[in-house]
Amino acid sequence: MLDVFAIPFTDETARRALAAIVVLSFGSAPIGVFLMLRRMSLTGDAMSHAILPGVAAAFLLSGMNRIMMTIGGLIAGLIVAVLSGLMTRATEMKEDASLAVFYLVSLALGVILVTSHGSSHELIEILFGDVQTIDAGALYLIAFNTTLTFGALAIIYRPLVMECVDPLFIRVAGRAGAFAHLVFMAFVVVNLVSAYNALGTLLAVGMMILPAGTARFWSRDMSHIILVAIVSAIVSGYLGLVLSAAADAPAGPSVVLTAGAIYFLSMIFGPAGGLVRRFAPGRHLEA
Amino acid sequence: MSAQITFRDLTLGYERHPAVHHLNGTVEEGALLAVVGPNGAGKSTLFRGIAGLLKPLSGSADLAGLDPRHIAYLPQSADIDRDFPISVFDFVALGLWRRKGAFGGFNAADRKSIEAAITTVGLSGFECRPIGTLSGGQMQRMLFARVILQNARLIVLDEPFNAIDTKTAADLMMLVREWHSEQRTVLAALHDFEQVRANFPETLLLARTPVAWGATREVLTADNLARALQMCEAFDDAAVPCADVKPSQAA
Repeated sequence: MLDVFAIPFTDETARRALAAIVVLSFGSAPIGVFLMLRRMSLTGDAMSHAILPGVAAAFLLSGMNRIMMTIGGLIAGLIVAVLSGLMTRATEMKEDASLAVFYLVSLALGVILVTSHGSSHELIEILFGDVQTIDAGALYLIAFNTTLTFGALAIIYRPLVMECVDPLFIRVAGRAGAFAHLVFMAFVVVNLVSAYNALGTLLAVGMMILPAGTARFWSRDMSHIILVAIVSAIVSGYLGLVLSAAADAPAGPSVVLTAGAIYFLSMIFGPAGGLVRRFAPGRHLEA
Repeated sequence: MSAQITFRDLTLGYERHPAVHHLNGTVEEGALLAVVGPNGAGKSTLFRGIAGLLKPLSGSADLAGLDPRHIAYLPQSADIDRDFPISVFDFVALGLWRRKGAFGGFNAADRKSIEAAITTVGLSGFECRPIGTLSGGQMQRMLFARVILQNARLIVLDEPFNAIDTKTAADLMMLVREWHSEQRTVLAALHDFEQVRANFPETLLLARTPVAWGATREVLTADNLARALQMCEAFDDAAVPCADVKPSQAA
């Protein structure tokens, strides 16, 4: 029975999958916390579809090559992020709406590109990913992206927090807020592309939003929230891989399902605004 | 004394409709100026223009070389995400942004000045509270604490005493007078004429176009106020381009 929990450590492929998920957690979870706090959770979702045509174009050019497909996704995602950002500033369209336009066009384009030269099996793999097929190269790529993300977040942390909490204040104070926002969006793309390797384009955003949502139920302090998000992402990844092996289910959805289960538990028992606290707060205090 | 702000035929507005129309005049360095007028008179628009958030449709507002970043601007309904997990201390500390930038650490002296600002506005004991737990008046006190730390030459307050109790308003008014005594230039949009008469030596009465500007008791006359009320009509969708524009000044 307990053997099941050792599965992610048994062979090279399994260990690589586990390593990929753990490394991924360190980048995706903090990015997800900021996405959530900026009320951009669904924006992240939209962006994850936007990387598809890039992945598809790379697939057409070089077949199922992880590295090429990652680079393709990165280029497509950045183009969509920049274009929708520019559209928002140049016209009256709100960012979420212009993003929706771009991602729908991207998704349609991507599916047509893949199906024109590939099989539906390959389309499924691109859409949902397969953490078991991550090779050493892809693992290094994920590690590289995560390291970059950590560095970038350290640099833009303060202006990004200001941009979140009081955007007008930082707008009067200069351009740092807009710059931080742009860098942040770029790293949303970088981490989506990383996560795409393990979870596919459709579920990539799962490693960002679910741990972030979980963490919000456990703390009201920014640094604690980020920490809890990372830990819950790692735990979801590990338990998800166990579940996937035990139930012979695809890995990506198993990881996201596990993260979802942890989220719902936190929603019920979390001390920061969870259901139990809400509806059974205990007797009121003296003062 | 030299001019801190010089308005030269300044027109500010939205979609070519003027909200502040042909404003001329100077605000002296160290002035304490109340900007009054009915709703929709262009007070907030004028302040947004001064803070550099709105480009003039024509004319200019010359800040005498002052970088807009050195202005402490407190908008009417600050666009603050009150659910964001940040403490009062950390929020007030953002006032040091211009000096500390993205990386500068807070040393003991900075911490002391942050705590001093929080104490000055009467919020000591609230340092570790998340900002979401503050009441409206406490929120305004916190925003004033941040203005203190900004240490700005020019302070622009858009209806700072709205929806707060008289005690809080009086406390914060003390702070404004202190800024005035420190020779800072302070502009405030206000609706309470008694408060203006009691505290502000100079007043600009705005109703899209300036109605009167000068010593408060000469500006706040029944006659002027009645004129201001009449002048503030809605935008006319069929309005023709204003003939009174010198193209060379258009920004």
